[in-house]
Amino acid sequence: MLDFLLSLLILAGAAFTFIGSLGLARLPDFYTRLHGPTKATTLGVGSLLIASSLYFNTRGEGVSLHEALVTLFLFITAPASAHLLSKAALHLQLRSLAPLPTALEAVQKPGQTDLGSTDTP
Amino acid sequence: MRRLLPHPLMTLTLATLWLLLVNSAAPGQIVLGLVLGWAIPLFTQRFWPETLHIHRPFALLRFIIRVLGDIVVANLTVARLILGHPQRLRPAFVLMPLALKSDLAISLLANTICLTPGTVSACLTLDRHHLLVHTLDTADREQLIAMLKSRYETPLQEIFEPC
Amino acid sequence: MLNTAVLIAFALVAAAFALSLWRLLIGPSAPDRILALDTLYINAIALLVLLGIHLSSALYFEAALLIALMGFVGTVALCKFLLRGDIIE
Repeated sequence: MLDFLLSLLILAGAAFTFIGSLGLARLPDFYTRLHGPTKATTLGVGSLLIASSLYFNTRGEGVSLHEALVTLFLFITAPASAHLLSKAALHLQLRSLAPLPTALEAVQKPGQTDLGSTDTP
Repeated sequence: MRRLLPHPLMTLTLATLWLLLVNSAAPGQIVLGLVLGWAIPLFTQRFWPETLHIHRPFALLRFIIRVLGDIVVANLTVARLILGHPQRLRPAFVLMPLALKSDLAISLLANTICLTPGTVSACLTLDRHHLLVHTLDTADREQLIAMLKSRYETPLQEIFEPC
Repeated sequence: MLNTAVLIAFALVAAAFALSLWRLLIGPSAPDRILALDTLYINAIALLVLLGIHLSSALYFEAALLIALMGFVGTVALCKFLLRGDIIE
């Protein structure tokens, strides 16, 4: 039973990791590519870490909660790096499938981005 | 009291992180963790000018559980979109007006938006009244904004800044 | 059964590595390449965790934790360089 659960978690995690990278490789422009790695890969690695935590805790060598730390860290940092990357892309004015909103230029002068406000949780 | 222990919640968080890092709950490590949790906020006080108040801890717990559920659902949606036809995607930039004021609440909202339903928060405008959000596949922008506001922003507002 | 699952997972993660490397090589712009590097380090964490389960050794977590920390710092530094043309102001 435990073996089955572990295999399921591992396969799901690896599949999500793969799908995230597939999104990175095949989606058409930078902003859409950003979605694959930030969501799918993070959840994939998260579920692999949960599987490994279960595996090591059920082998009877005492409790180890190391993996929770890596999971927590990934779930905090993945959005922060996605946010910074999209900010850099907006700054460089990369080609985008969706039109950029004009209100942004009215509020914000070009070349002046508000760094460090939403990046430290 | 205020000057000696400026951020009690951060002290507890840092102590817990230390115990997870050394991977043991020996009494010595607990003491060391508490000492670190006390000393680090004290010496980095200039980086944390505002004090954190969680007004409704149970609402925070409910919010966290809802977000964890949403992360799984959002991932299935994104996986379906990636495996489908990339030409049929309807990506869009949406400018979302913010009602939140405090730094922590805004950054939590941005992080939540990044991890959930096919959206990435791209930029916070300088006056902090709007958040630029990029979505992977949207038909109706108004509906998306209303959904984000009711599902994530309102609970965060209740937790951190009730008035 | 667990062994088979781990082997299939190894194959999937290796394919993910290949796809990210491809994006790193062709990626038309600098942010694309940074995103590919970001994905590569997260994939490396996945591979280390799988290796830990495969060899039943808990030693690999230290490496995974260090990669998670350093990879994030690297991504942030590269993004700041693109945004400001400088890392430490």
